[in-house]
Amino acid sequence: MSDYSTNEMMTVAAARRLKNGAVCFVGIGLPSKAANLARLTSSPDVVLIYESGPIGAKPSVLPLSIGDGELAETADTVVPTGEIFRYWLQGGRIDVGFLGAAQVDKFGNINTTVIGDYHNPKVRLPGAGGAPEIAGSAKEVLIILKQSHRTFVDKLAFVTSVGFGEGGDHRQQLGLPGKGPVGIITDLCIMEPEAGSNEFVVTSLHPGVTREQVIENTGWAIRFADNLAVTEAPNDTELEALRALEARTAAAHGQAGGDE
Amino acid sequence: MADIITLGEAISRHVNDGDCVALEGFTHLIPTAASHELIRQGKKDLHLVRMTPDLVYDLLIGAGCARKLTFSWGGNPGVGSLHRLRDAVEKKWPNALEIDEHSHADLANSYVAGASGLPFALLRAYAGSDLPKVNPNIKFIDCPFTGEKLAATPAVRPDVTVIHAQKADRKGNVLLWGILGVQKEAALAAKRCIVTVEEIVDDLKAPMNACVLPSWALTAVCHVPGGAHPSYAHGYYERDNRFYQAWDPIARDRETFTAWIDTYIRGTADFAEFQAKIAEAK
Repeated sequence: MSDYSTNEMMTVAAARRLKNGAVCFVGIGLPSKAANLARLTSSPDVVLIYESGPIGAKPSVLPLSIGDGELAETADTVVPTGEIFRYWLQGGRIDVGFLGAAQVDKFGNINTTVIGDYHNPKVRLPGAGGAPEIAGSAKEVLIILKQSHRTFVDKLAFVTSVGFGEGGDHRQQLGLPGKGPVGIITDLCIMEPEAGSNEFVVTSLHPGVTREQVIENTGWAIRFADNLAVTEAPNDTELEALRALEARTAAAHGQAGGDE
Repeated sequence: MADIITLGEAISRHVNDGDCVALEGFTHLIPTAASHELIRQGKKDLHLVRMTPDLVYDLLIGAGCARKLTFSWGGNPGVGSLHRLRDAVEKKWPNALEIDEHSHADLANSYVAGASGLPFALLRAYAGSDLPKVNPNIKFIDCPFTGEKLAATPAVRPDVTVIHAQKADRKGNVLLWGILGVQKEAALAAKRCIVTVEEIVDDLKAPMNACVLPSWALTAVCHVPGGAHPSYAHGYYERDNRFYQAWDPIARDRETFTAWIDTYIRGTADFAEFQAKIAEAK
């Protein structure tokens, strides 16, 4: 087995979650990298939709921005932004919303807006973009981000996009059509919502990662599933496809791309 | 009918201090040349509207042209933060910036409402999000048929919208293609619309279902080749990713930023001269 980085493990683990044929609304950065890896490996018929309007995009290099020409040129069609959100997302045609985050909490709520007070912020982040409605209306949501004390927090400074709200059946009470986040994939582990509470618990540790490492890098009292698994390491096919994708992207853009 | 005039004339004639101005273009066809011209002419107190403020508004905010920003995602795409936007929000430099923050779905719909002559946009949005708590422009109403709680936001109706497009004909009909974002909606929502184009041709040769904005729906058309750089114009030039990266250190520091716009924008007569000066510096 080849050596691989923790980032590669994260991307591969996320790509595996995307079923062949799924219609996926893709965020830029890590989600886009994982979704395209899925398309190039286990799920060739995955349909990638970007908020800039391309439907069925098949880029050979990763886009640096949400609206790169490569996305338009390789898509089945390109529609205006209003249409993407109204007919395709709000219309209920998206199987998976694939999102990144600046911060996430134990109920899969996401902050991409601000650290500190909204009106007097410590750090002003880019903001919502398409995420609140993707998180609300996609049939299910996958979240990918690197895990640390700063990113996995007990209390979000701001809820930009809702996961399970305050937990339990809060999401249903809010009347959101999608079933919410089904997985958080990090460089250390995979977390999934626990039945009933909808609190995210660790269901799979990546190879070589300890429970202590996960605990140290989580800002709440993280719990582990009883039948805790070990994530299958990336195989050679996955690693070759990912590295080739990154190499093509670097050659085309002068940077590896994708990390917003 | 749209007048075919220079960009300098269009901005001076149609943009007033204090106006609500939308420069649109979703990654593609961003009207960069127009933002430079607004700075060159020293426009003030603008209420800027744009889904992705991007470099065009980082410039205008840092140059002190803006008092308010309506937006839905503010970053340097593929690179990181917009430092001038952050400095204005976090430290009120060069002046305080009022922000009116939405999501993409909302702002796209608000343009649709503006173009449709409706007072507000209606969408299933924001349940569970904190955005409505900080933005009084996001309200909820009950569907009169099902009782479902839905979000309502005011229509966006700019005084002026500026977009960039590939081609115009000599009458001022405009053709654009590729990623269209909300350009058509923003153009039709506005009281006045300025379009900068790569090329002016005798015949648009537009395919039947293409996005054509007719001359009579526009105010001015300006020939500005390369006017979307560092974004791109499909069929003409590609996105200049290196410029987006190069922008980060320029915008990070107040003095560097000010020196840059003094040299390249305030120190040039128009976009063509800007392009020559930038090429010289390479």
